[in-house]
Amino acid sequence: MIEIKIEKETISVAECLQKAAVRECGGINLFVGTVRSHTNGKKVEALFFEAYEKMALKELRKIAEDSIKNWPVQTIVIRHRVGTLLVGDIPVVIAVGAAHRSAAFEACQYIIDTLKQTVPIWKKEIFRDGEVWVAAHP
Amino acid sequence: MTITVLAFGIAKEMIGGSTVMLQVREDIKVSDLRIVLEKQYPSLKDLTSVLIAVNNEYATAENRIREGDEIAIIPPVSGG
Repeated sequence: MIEIKIEKETISVAECLQKAAVRECGGINLFVGTVRSHTNGKKVEALFFEAYEKMALKELRKIAEDSIKNWPVQTIVIRHRVGTLLVGDIPVVIAVGAAHRSAAFEACQYIIDTLKQTVPIWKKEIFRDGEVWVAAHP
Repeated sequence: MTITVLAFGIAKEMIGGSTVMLQVREDIKVSDLRIVLEKQYPSLKDLTSVLIAVNNEYATAENRIREGDEIAIIPPVSGG
């Protein structure tokens, strides 16, 4: 089971866990990304996330399908927020359910690592004195 | 032919909007579209990378663009 959504409102971690929990699973690995207070020692006021939604959903589905091919996992739930998020808010949740924990851990790590490399979603860090699109410039 | 190019993230700021209409030759290659875009918006060259997506898939330099295709400029991604 794969379920992927781009969300404009708060992601419910409980709902992701619940969706990933099926009877065949012996465990669920949950990754929750949070907005941290500092980047390179500089205080962050907020993060702004933007997605090319149609393509992001397509790329996320590819990642989830690859995971199911490569690891014995039963469920994958992926949520990514867009819009303005404050420190402590949750931009991303990944829940992976599997019969055995090692597959769940490995698939979950693969999903978040690949998401960061290939999915067309962008974040801008907003500081008191300016804004920076992350990773845009060398 | 006229194509509409979508832009996201920092690329949106560089082209001054979320879409731009361009007049290009029929069946233009993605590599040639890059040249057109970089000529019109030189600041794109300062980015770590710029990929082009055609119909919601990352395109290679040799892919050709047809009228009605959905084209997007993909600056370095930073989700998660």
